[in-house]
Amino acid sequence: MAVNLNETPSTGRGKNIPGFNIRTYTMIIALLSIWIIFTCATKGDFLTPRNLSNLFRQMSITGVLAIGMTFVIIAAQIDLSVGSLLGLTGGISAILNVWYNVNGIFSILIALVVGLLIGIWNGWWVAYKKVPSFIVTLAGMLVYRGILIGITRGTTIAPLSPEFKFLGQAYLTNITGYFLGALLILAIIYSSVKSRTQRIKYNLDVMPVPLEIGKTAGIIILLVAFIAILNLYQGIPFPIFILAVLAILFSYILNKTVFGRRVYAIGGNIEAAKLSGINVNKNTLMLFAMNGLLAATAGVLLTARLDAASVSAGQNAELDAIAACVIGGASMMGGIGTISGSIIGALVMASLDNGMSMLNIETFWQYIVKGLILLTAVWIDISSKNKS
Amino acid sequence: MDDFILEMKNITKDFPGVRALNNVCLKVKKGEIHALCGENGAGKSTLMKILSGVYPCGTYEGEIFLNGKKAIFHSVKDAEKSGISIIHQELTLFKELPIYENIFVGNEPNKRGVVNIHESVRRTNILLKELKMDVNPYIKVKNLGIGQQQLVEIAKALSKNTQLLILDEPTASLTELEVDILMSILKQLKLKNVTCIYISHKIDEVFRIADTITVIRDGCTIETRNVAKFTKDEVIKLMVGREITDLFPKEDHAVEEEFFGVKNFNVFDVKSPARKVVDNASFSLKRGEILGIAGLIGAGRTELVSSIYGSYPGKWNGELYLNGQKIIIKTPKDALKYGIAMVPEDRKKLGLIESLSVRDNITVASLEDYKERFNSINSIRENLDSMELVKKLRIKTPHLKTLVKNLSGGNQQKVILARYLLRKLNILILDEPTRGIDVGAKYEIYRLINELVREGISVIMVSSELKEIIGMADRVIVMHEGKIKGEFINKNLDQETIMQCAIGRRN
Repeated sequence: MAVNLNETPSTGRGKNIPGFNIRTYTMIIALLSIWIIFTCATKGDFLTPRNLSNLFRQMSITGVLAIGMTFVIIAAQIDLSVGSLLGLTGGISAILNVWYNVNGIFSILIALVVGLLIGIWNGWWVAYKKVPSFIVTLAGMLVYRGILIGITRGTTIAPLSPEFKFLGQAYLTNITGYFLGALLILAIIYSSVKSRTQRIKYNLDVMPVPLEIGKTAGIIILLVAFIAILNLYQGIPFPIFILAVLAILFSYILNKTVFGRRVYAIGGNIEAAKLSGINVNKNTLMLFAMNGLLAATAGVLLTARLDAASVSAGQNAELDAIAACVIGGASMMGGIGTISGSIIGALVMASLDNGMSMLNIETFWQYIVKGLILLTAVWIDISSKNKS
Repeated sequence: MDDFILEMKNITKDFPGVRALNNVCLKVKKGEIHALCGENGAGKSTLMKILSGVYPCGTYEGEIFLNGKKAIFHSVKDAEKSGISIIHQELTLFKELPIYENIFVGNEPNKRGVVNIHESVRRTNILLKELKMDVNPYIKVKNLGIGQQQLVEIAKALSKNTQLLILDEPTASLTELEVDILMSILKQLKLKNVTCIYISHKIDEVFRIADTITVIRDGCTIETRNVAKFTKDEVIKLMVGREITDLFPKEDHAVEEEFFGVKNFNVFDVKSPARKVVDNASFSLKRGEILGIAGLIGAGRTELVSSIYGSYPGKWNGELYLNGQKIIIKTPKDALKYGIAMVPEDRKKLGLIESLSVRDNITVASLEDYKERFNSINSIRENLDSMELVKKLRIKTPHLKTLVKNLSGGNQQKVILARYLLRKLNILILDEPTRGIDVGAKYEIYRLINELVREGISVIMVSSELKEIIGMADRVIVMHEGKIKGEFINKNLDQETIMQCAIGRRN
């Protein structure tokens, strides 16, 4: 039973990479197999820079929603209203911009504020009025869609001002892309060197040098390849840039901040969290507020990409977001989940959509396949857990 | 003449790390009321769970004979078919369903799957009349008092043609009047040749109703006698009467002045806010002492300490003084601010966050202390501090990142202790700190408690194990039915004195 305590705090040697669980690994493998299958089936068309650029742009909306949904699901809650909220905020920005000639930036900001307020409304009912989040957000799903249909009078609103077009359809120039990439690489190297020296300073375990270098190099190569491929087409699409920024920011919030850690604690065991002096109500409210803000961001992005707002925008988007989180390893029981996993989940969903559309597979098949993939992903996870 | 309905022979049952029952034998005569007495954790409930099929055959050693025939129960259903019914301490009724459905749940009179409600109601009426209950069978169980709910449970058992009825602490939450009704009904059942096994540690009740008493202690049968051949004091002595082994590293602590006071605490039941579960309790705590709170289950100990900590779900009132200053604690957050922490009784439900790692479980109550720029957490310091506690408390874990659910019970308890030791503490409240923990880990936890006291932390320890109270505490207060009934300095204090006080026999 003796335990070598000196080894206790290591980050693990490949076994326990933080932020990754078995389901995430399975999903990376699944993602690669899906890509290989589509590449073969389309005789290589799937892997062209043009299509990949498209694919990533398609996933940006689900990706943004999945980031917020990850927080909600980890806290053992659910938010069914994000699809309608996305439509509503997108609609509001378009109405202000097109009908009332409000400056593009302002209309976007107002839409974001509305998203935040509605998020607070959802959160208030859940946290302080103790109405189950499923009900609160199911109601929200109907209410916000209803408001959208009312204020747009059922019409499609277009065209929007150039700011929107830039947001939705612009590309970063090749040089900007590489420049940002270089910055990111420097940041990665800096932080890994810093954490290593800190660990040595405090006499904690560190990874062997070759492994550490190998791991960092691997990440850098992936990053460079990603940017290079996108640059082969027209550069990094602006929505992808935003998604990347949000993913990094919210990963930081989830893993490194007090708020993020409390979300895990609340979802893991709400009673224990209360007894540990955590203000569960306040944190739950913040959670939903944040999710509302992210849904509004997705709404603006979608409106910008389509250069129009319609009453059906974002329908079923909440289901895609939930599926992305679950495929990416989040547990509906709460306490478990990662942003990186959910982004991969979103990529799986977008790849299926994109690949099947390229093969001209009828829409009904797309629904069936996506549903079965979701079911299988969770089943694999549960059965692997039961075995251990 | 000795016509035994039930014989349990050499029953041995092991749980991981603990032997709950060791060669237990029990013989019950037909038509008698047989009381099973023992301290909390003596093994009474485990034995009854074996008898009623909750632990199926194969999970224990030994044999059961029913009416002279060997009985093998694979499930609760098997036991029920043989005429054995158990009424658990926590009632298992469906509160939102009417009485008649509760009685026949799982057993509905039906014709090809269609329930015959009229038949259910008719039979319910007969059963209710038998139990002298004048209630409408259609009303929902949640609208009945606890005593009546208990009777519904009994009606449910009778509906299954029960020959052997097991009652596990049936009077724990009943009022005097309800107890009287229950007693008269049990006597009536006896006339109908229903055999009862009555589990209780309320000695007075046992002597009122039982024909035979079996005392169980530490998983062994100690003595079975006719009730006339026992005195109450003898039973109490047999229940607790073991020598205190050197399991307890008892230390005398340099006790200083009183610095924490609890005054006039009243705590009200969550479900029926008119009922007091703690009645005007006042006590004080000295710096550097261990104060034990003893009492039977349901005496209001957990309710008292959890309301001091601000985590009680119902209403409470009363005053708290720390260093002479009045303090107000409404939530655990307030309590922690004053350096008061509580390790709850139900480790799984209230303590552990199973999906998180050992480190995250340790630091979850102190995250603010690790905050740096941009609200970020300094995980290096977090690791260092957690590691220090892991070493200090000798938590056996392969890794700080190991999920806490993979640890043993004793180590899980230490992780929760570590969570609160990470903060600067004045007072540590421990509610049943060693429940469900094997002996070795218990010893370590006792040592740890002493170590903390030496560092100047005062400990309030609620425990149902008398030997633990006597082995550890400097001072003991005893609660009985919500009131503090006695206070003892732990000098030559024996378990009997505490037990007498806990069952309300001495005021």
